[in-house]
Amino acid sequence: MKDSTDSTDSIIRLTAAGTAARIASGELSAVEVAEAHLARIEAVDEKVHAFLHVDREGALAQARAVDAKRERGEKLGPLAGVPLALKDIFTTKGVPTTVGSKILEGWLPPYDATLTQRLKAADVVILGKTNMDEFAMGSSTENSAYGPTGNPWDLTRIPGGSGGGSSAALASYQAPLAIGTDTGGSIRQPAAVTGTVGVKPTYGAVSRYGMVAFSSSLDQGGPCARTVLDTALLHEVIAGHDPLDSTSIDAPVPPVVEAARNGSVTGMRVGVVKQFRGEGYQAGVIQRFDESVELLKALGAEIVELDCPSFDLALSAYYLIAPSECSSNLARFDAMRYGLRVGDDGTKSAEDVTALSREAGFGDEVKRRIILGTYALSSGYYDAYYGSAQKVRTLITQDFEKAFEQVDVIVSPTTPTTAFPIGERADDPMAMYLADLCTIPTNLAGNAAMSLPCGLAPEDGLPVGLQIIAPAMKDDRLYKVGAAVEAAFVEKWGHPLLEEAPSL
Amino acid sequence: MPGITREEVAHLARLARLELKDEELDHFAGQLDDILGAVARVSEVADQDVPPTSHPLPLTNVMRADEVRPSLTPEQALSGAPAQEQRRFKVPQILGED
Repeated sequence: MKDSTDSTDSIIRLTAAGTAARIASGELSAVEVAEAHLARIEAVDEKVHAFLHVDREGALAQARAVDAKRERGEKLGPLAGVPLALKDIFTTKGVPTTVGSKILEGWLPPYDATLTQRLKAADVVILGKTNMDEFAMGSSTENSAYGPTGNPWDLTRIPGGSGGGSSAALASYQAPLAIGTDTGGSIRQPAAVTGTVGVKPTYGAVSRYGMVAFSSSLDQGGPCARTVLDTALLHEVIAGHDPLDSTSIDAPVPPVVEAARNGSVTGMRVGVVKQFRGEGYQAGVIQRFDESVELLKALGAEIVELDCPSFDLALSAYYLIAPSECSSNLARFDAMRYGLRVGDDGTKSAEDVTALSREAGFGDEVKRRIILGTYALSSGYYDAYYGSAQKVRTLITQDFEKAFEQVDVIVSPTTPTTAFPIGERADDPMAMYLADLCTIPTNLAGNAAMSLPCGLAPEDGLPVGLQIIAPAMKDDRLYKVGAAVEAAFVEKWGHPLLEEAPSL
Repeated sequence: MPGITREEVAHLARLARLELKDEELDHFAGQLDDILGAVARVSEVADQDVPPTSHPLPLTNVMRADEVRPSLTPEQALSGAPAQEQRRFKVPQILGED
C-alpha cells in the first residue's frame, strides 16, 4: 500500500499535523517517518548536540506499533506516529535520564513520568532525550555537564536555556515536536532565539510527576514545535489533571486546538507593558516588537498601554525564590538511594560521602544556587530575602490581575536580545540572568505564555521572539492570538521564518 | 544588608552538604555578593502591608483511601542504588565510633 516517494528531507520538514495526517492516510508509515528523523539526527547532531541520548530501538518499536494499529484499522490519535524530542528532565523507564547533570549519569529510572506516559499513550514516537542546563538552571544550555548545544542559526551561539536541546532539535529539523520545562522562561526563551514556538501553560496544567523538581512553585512542563497548531496539538496530549501531582489543576483543559485552528485578534484588547522595554534591550528586538504591535493593530486589535511597576522587581524576587526552592529540592541527591556516590572508602561517614558526592556531581551554577538559597532561607535573613521576595510575588500577581481587567492578552519581546555567543556571559551570572527579564513575571504569577517568531533582528540576522501572555486557565487565548499573528507573518514573509536558517 | 564573606560561604556549604574546594569558596563569595547586591531591592517592599505568596495556586492537602496499590518492586526501587546488600540500600556509617 505505501508507495512513498518522499525523500528524507521532505519528511523532516513536514509539520507535526501534516505528518500525522499522512500517517493516518497511509501515505507514509510511522517507521519511515522515524527513520527519516533518526537519519537526520545521525547527519547533523554531532554539530548541534541537541540530544544527550537517542533511543533508536525504542523509537522504531513505537513506530512499528503505530503502523500495526493502522493496519488493524484502529483509530489513530491526532499525533500518532509523530516523532518528539523529550527534555532530559522527565523520567523515562529504562531510558537514561540525567537532567544534564553528572550526578545522575547512567541512571535508568524505574518508572515513567506522567507526561512520558501520556505521550506513549497518544502514540507519539519519543526519539530521545535532549540537552539542557543542569537541573534546568540556566539561560544558555552551557551549564550542561555534557557540553553545550549550538543554535542551528549560528552554531557558535547559544540556543537559549534551559531547554536549548529541545528547541535546537526543532530548529534543525531533527524532530517536529519537543517538550520543555519553564521555571523562569526555559521554554519561551529558547523558542525565541531559535525561531520556534514554545508555550508555558498555566501553572498546574501539565503534571510535574516524574519531572525532576528544581523550583516546585515555578516549574511547568509544556509543548514546543515549529508552528502554533502543532504546539496546541501537543498541549492537548500532555495537559490535564493527574492525581499523582498535588499541584495539578482538576479542571478541563481549555480548547487550545480549536483556538489554534481559528486564529483571530479582531476586537481583542492587547496590552503593552511599559516595564518590558528600556535598558538592555537590543534595538533590533524592539524594532521587530514594535512592528508586531502594528501588525496586531492592522489585524483588528485594540492596543492598550499598561503600567506594571512591580515587574521591575521580578528578576530579583525570582533569584531568591528559585534558589531557595532548589536548595530544598536538591537535598534528595544525597548519594544514598540513586545517583553518583564518591569517597565511600569505608572510613567516611554518610554525611561526608554526601558532601563529597554533591561536590563531584553538581556543576557551578547548581552549587551557586544551592548556596544562595541556603543563605536566603537561613535564620536572620529569611524575612529580608525569601519573605520579601514572596511579597513581591503578590504585587506582581496583583499587577497582572489589574492588567487583565483592561486587556485580553499582553504582548512583549520574549527576550531582550537575540542569541549571544557561547561563553560570552559564562563568568557573569547577573548578565546571564537578564536573558529571562521578560519571561519571569509569568512564572511568579502562574499564568500562561507563548513565544513565537516575529522576524530577524536587522543587525545580526538572528530570530526575535514575540511573547503573548494570558490569564491563568485562559491558555486558549495564546493560541488564538498566536495563530493569527503567525498566519499574518508567514503571508508577509512568503514562508515560515525557519526557512531562512542556514542549512546544516 | 551585609555582604557575604568567604567564611559564610564555607558555613553555608557545610549546611548544604557541599564539600567546596578553596578556589570555589573565593569564586562564589564574590559572585554571591554581586547577586545579593542586585536582588536586595526586594526588601524595599518588606515594610508594606503585603501578604506573601508562596505558590500560584491555593494548595489543599489531598488524601486518598488507604488501599494497597501496585508499586515498584524491591528490585526496581534498588535498581539505581550506588550500593545494596540483602535487598536493602547500603549506606556508609551514620553513627560515629565514639
